[in-house]
Amino acid sequence: MKTAVVLLPGLNRDRDMIAALTKIAGTPPLTVWQTETEIPDVDLIVIPGGFSYGDYLRCGAIAARMPVMRAVAAHAARGTLVMGVCNGFQILLEAGLLPGALMRNASLKFVCRKVRLAVTNANTAFTRGYRPGQVIDCPVAHHDGNYFADAETLARLEGQGQVVFRYAEGTNPNGSLNDIAGIVSDRGNVLGLMPHPENLIEPAHGGSDGRALFEGVLGRAA
Amino acid sequence: MIEARVTVTLKTGVLDPQGKAIEGALAALGFADVGAVRQGKVFDIVLEDGDPQAARARLEAMCEKLLANTVIEDYAITLPPAR
Repeated sequence: MKTAVVLLPGLNRDRDMIAALTKIAGTPPLTVWQTETEIPDVDLIVIPGGFSYGDYLRCGAIAARMPVMRAVAAHAARGTLVMGVCNGFQILLEAGLLPGALMRNASLKFVCRKVRLAVTNANTAFTRGYRPGQVIDCPVAHHDGNYFADAETLARLEGQGQVVFRYAEGTNPNGSLNDIAGIVSDRGNVLGLMPHPENLIEPAHGGSDGRALFEGVLGRAA
Repeated sequence: MIEARVTVTLKTGVLDPQGKAIEGALAALGFADVGAVRQGKVFDIVLEDGDPQAARARLEAMCEKLLANTVIEDYAITLPPAR
């Protein structure tokens, strides 16, 4: 299983993501700088979290227009698995690889805490490590995680099972419509999620509920 | 040279928590007649090309591609009056 991590100025969860991928895949990911126009053949491309370009204009807006994102889009079109976490999710939305938008948290506060996540679709390459309906712990840390889409898009996402993670048990930290925490593309090979599964993969993190996501997705090509 | 102004605002119906917070702060300052506040962004853009029609088309492309997220935002372009 070959993986790649996209690097952009202002990201700050890249080291955590690289550590998680290295630990669980057994080999370190390639790192791909924003100016690269091609990404080698890999099975999974990850865009980590942080504050690319200082959140200027809109979260992820500038990053989404960098050359590397054209390479990510080309991979996504070919069916390569692509995952964006937190700012990575915002970047995928801004790049048009997933539908909708992430707005300022309804509370206007930055939230940094553990939430409960329900796995609402365990039949994707990313979530097959979980049982359908399983509720897991996962940390969040963001200021703009309030998922919004127009009614038609929302109905389509729900109807096609594209909502894969939902904030559970009243833990919605940001006002997201339908408690949406993570969605996949209509082909199912692009995942965006606000929570940070890479920060909950071993007991030293205070739990390992995020591990099954990586094990599931990394086992795909094994 | 053309000096254009682009205004980007949230679409009607999209919740604007920042506008709401500003609304609350204005009320706290005693501005009792404030009904609603919506927050937006303004971009002043200088274009080297002097043709207003070409300028409008270029600015629309800029809005669609970058300045506005049309999932949640509308934009308006103001060009200086023709002389």
